[in-house]
Amino acid sequence: MPLRSASRSASPLHAARAAVGCALCAALALPALLFDSPPVLGAVALAALLAGCAAGAGRQLARALLLALPFTLVIALLNPLVTRNGLTVIARLGEAPVLGRVDVTLEALVYGCVLGLRALALILCCALYAAVVDPDEVLRLFRRVSFRSALTATLATRMVPVLQRDGRRMADAQRCRAGVAPSRVALVRAVAAGALDRAVDVAAALEVRGYGTARRPPRVRASWSRHDVAFALVAALLLALTVGARLGGVARFDAYPLVHGGWGAGTWLLSGALLLLPLVPFLDRRGIEPRAAALALAWGRR
Amino acid sequence: MTAALALERLTYAYPGADAPALDDVTLHVEEGELVVLAGRSGSGKSTLLRLASGLVPHVHGGTVSGAAHVAGMDVRAHGPGELAAVAGSLFQDPETQVVMGTVRNELAFPLENRGESPAAIARGVEEASLALGIAHLLERPTHALSGGELQRVALAAALVGRPRIVLLDEPTSQLDPVAGDELIGLLRRLNEEWGTTILLAEHRLERCLSAADRVVAMVDGRVACDADPAGFLAWAHDAAPALETPGARLLASAGLGPPPVGVKQARAVLRAHSALPPEGPAALRAGPVGSGCARAALPGGARASSPPPARSAAAPALRLRGVWVEPRHSMPILRGVDLSIASGERVALMGRNGAGKSTLLRHVAGLASPTRGKVSASGRVALLLQNPNDYLVHERVGDEAQPDALSAVGLAHLRDRHPRDLSGGERQRLALAIVLGGEDVASPALLCLDEPTRGMDRAHKADLAVLLGRLAATGTALLVATHDPEFAALVADRVVLLADGAPIADGAAAEVLSGGWYFATETARILRGAGGALDPDAGAALVRAQLDAAAAWPAAASPAVAPAAAWPAAAPPASHPHPTEVHRR
Repeated sequence: MPLRSASRSASPLHAARAAVGCALCAALALPALLFDSPPVLGAVALAALLAGCAAGAGRQLARALLLALPFTLVIALLNPLVTRNGLTVIARLGEAPVLGRVDVTLEALVYGCVLGLRALALILCCALYAAVVDPDEVLRLFRRVSFRSALTATLATRMVPVLQRDGRRMADAQRCRAGVAPSRVALVRAVAAGALDRAVDVAAALEVRGYGTARRPPRVRASWSRHDVAFALVAALLLALTVGARLGGVARFDAYPLVHGGWGAGTWLLSGALLLLPLVPFLDRRGIEPRAAALALAWGRR
Repeated sequence: MTAALALERLTYAYPGADAPALDDVTLHVEEGELVVLAGRSGSGKSTLLRLASGLVPHVHGGTVSGAAHVAGMDVRAHGPGELAAVAGSLFQDPETQVVMGTVRNELAFPLENRGESPAAIARGVEEASLALGIAHLLERPTHALSGGELQRVALAAALVGRPRIVLLDEPTSQLDPVAGDELIGLLRRLNEEWGTTILLAEHRLERCLSAADRVVAMVDGRVACDADPAGFLAWAHDAAPALETPGARLLASAGLGPPPVGVKQARAVLRAHSALPPEGPAALRAGPVGSGCARAALPGGARASSPPPARSAAAPALRLRGVWVEPRHSMPILRGVDLSIASGERVALMGRNGAGKSTLLRHVAGLASPTRGKVSASGRVALLLQNPNDYLVHERVGDEAQPDALSAVGLAHLRDRHPRDLSGGERQRLALAIVLGGEDVASPALLCLDEPTRGMDRAHKADLAVLLGRLAATGTALLVATHDPEFAALVADRVVLLADGAPIADGAAAEVLSGGWYFATETARILRGAGGALDPDAGAALVRAQLDAAAAWPAAASPAVAPAAAWPAAAPPASHPHPTEVHRR
């Protein structure tokens, strides 16, 4: 589930403060927004996936990947059908309603793949954020600035698993119906009504917990751990590298009118750095028991 | 000292409602009192609690007249956020009341909202978690908690700010008998040790009356009775029999008094009349698991066989053979379940929260496949899940189910209403009509119901039992998962007790429900399971017989307990009233 709330596990990234986790995910996502180069986008996607695995959230990231792949494919296939750019025609599909004359170009196909890869990289970065950053800590982090906005954003994440459970229950209930199944429109309407009911329930719970009169919380100073420092450093390096490479014209890639990209050492060095840098802090596993030992200990306590 | 809650001639109506939900209510709850709110569904209990928490009128809207003060704060002038400083609230569904990711953060949230210092927050969280016995859950994610654990966490979050009054709306409705009793005991302890004022709305009065200082009974939005528990029971006997506890009904039917507040008092009354059954082995008197047969342990220690429930010679409606459900990353949920249910048989499935009842029903209905084993049914299996709202997708009752199905559940006259405008009991019946289907669908060989009485009052439960009894009479087998021993006694002729995914007892209802501490009706607990009497009428008949016997042979009866030989060995099956003959008072 890509947007499932983070569950705490023993990893350096989980041990880092929420601000650092947010910074790392943002720094990792930034190159995906600024560069079109396929090696760079691939490196970002792979880095997010590997960081998730190293943080013990591999299953969540794998689910996000499975959900994102069809989306990626759709983008890649749709772009050449709707784009008129590009000089190398590889297929003439004739006239189509709404679209008009459809000539598929190599450049549009390549750029569709780039867009799909970018979407994939961004989805994986978001999935990494959802898997490793505690939304409660994010709430604490941002509510000194804007409590209500932070709470709304955090609860939106929190509501996802609740609504998913509701959705599963409703799906089961519909499978239990005798006779003809209801129309999709009726189902969508019922799901929307159920979500609104849930939202009202949660709003009532918030009110009776004193949310309506929430005061600005006092500042809490906590010393920086070695994991905080390591991941913050990595986030800063990623940011500097991304901005520097962009300003320096490294890893340029143009799809139109003809595919033209910089495939030199700079591109590969940048991609390698984006791939490896986020993984370096995971090497420090002092104080974290191996998984087998932790499982054995947990089993012994039963 | 200011009253914890003071209502003066308060009238409230929801927006667009024809009649007020609270009508000219005057009520004072003093500091340190534990007050139980009684009343049928729709009588105004929840509205009163929501008013005390400020949700009414600030969140729900509507019109208010009269005065309402909580710990001296005017409800009309202060919203729920401000009232949260003096009033903690806990509602029925714990899942919607937990808003943070971990238990520690959930408990810290109310204190953070009040701007407390980190040290005060840490201390408050620690103390509340210790008081509620959830210290071991502090680091657990809230989405991984069971229903009982969630309810405790929600209660801890309501108490963490040390409110002067705690408002609870049917907090035990989703809990098994063990967890429900634990929660009531916990409330009593908080009330006695912390002096916290408690206002508790509850349908299962037998569970909480002995802990109460006062009982306020609501009828149609008005306070109909405000008395101590004994006074309330005396009033209920005459004015609202649906609110009478089984113990009170048992003694009243036997011609004994005063009405008892709890099992202990009922036994004291019986002892005083030399009508208390002797102490005997109280172990579960169920037969071999999966057999449906039963062996009865007699009060005198002798054992005898009692006939198993009547079985059809035809193929069973349901047969489970060695069913295992083993999720890949957790402990097994079902462990080699063998179960057979005959056509027309009525089986109650009981057990703690997390015992595997709902999972079993889902596998029986084909919503999931077992890891190992086989599930076979002789025909269609209909499943009514816990929340009837999950079935309702149309704008009109008549579009949800066939006319004949609506007629069968008594809702034909409501076919033009919007399903969401129905009461809880009506929605439950509508959902039942949806899963049963109309004439164009084959009637189910087996009807499974998952906690069908959640949040229902006693009268609605009796109505549902009548309806299910009619269905069973047509040959449809029933499998009802329930936490409510009184409902199980009303609807089932056989009870299967699940623990950790495996049946640990399977026998006639009169035997399984009369031999335990938790999974037993109040009548059975009072009479120590004597004669297998589960309901007040059967129990009263036994007590009357015992009184007659004691009168005939006064020398044989000891002053404390009745002679063992005078008590019947086991209640004959006919002594248990058929649901279609449920006595409505």
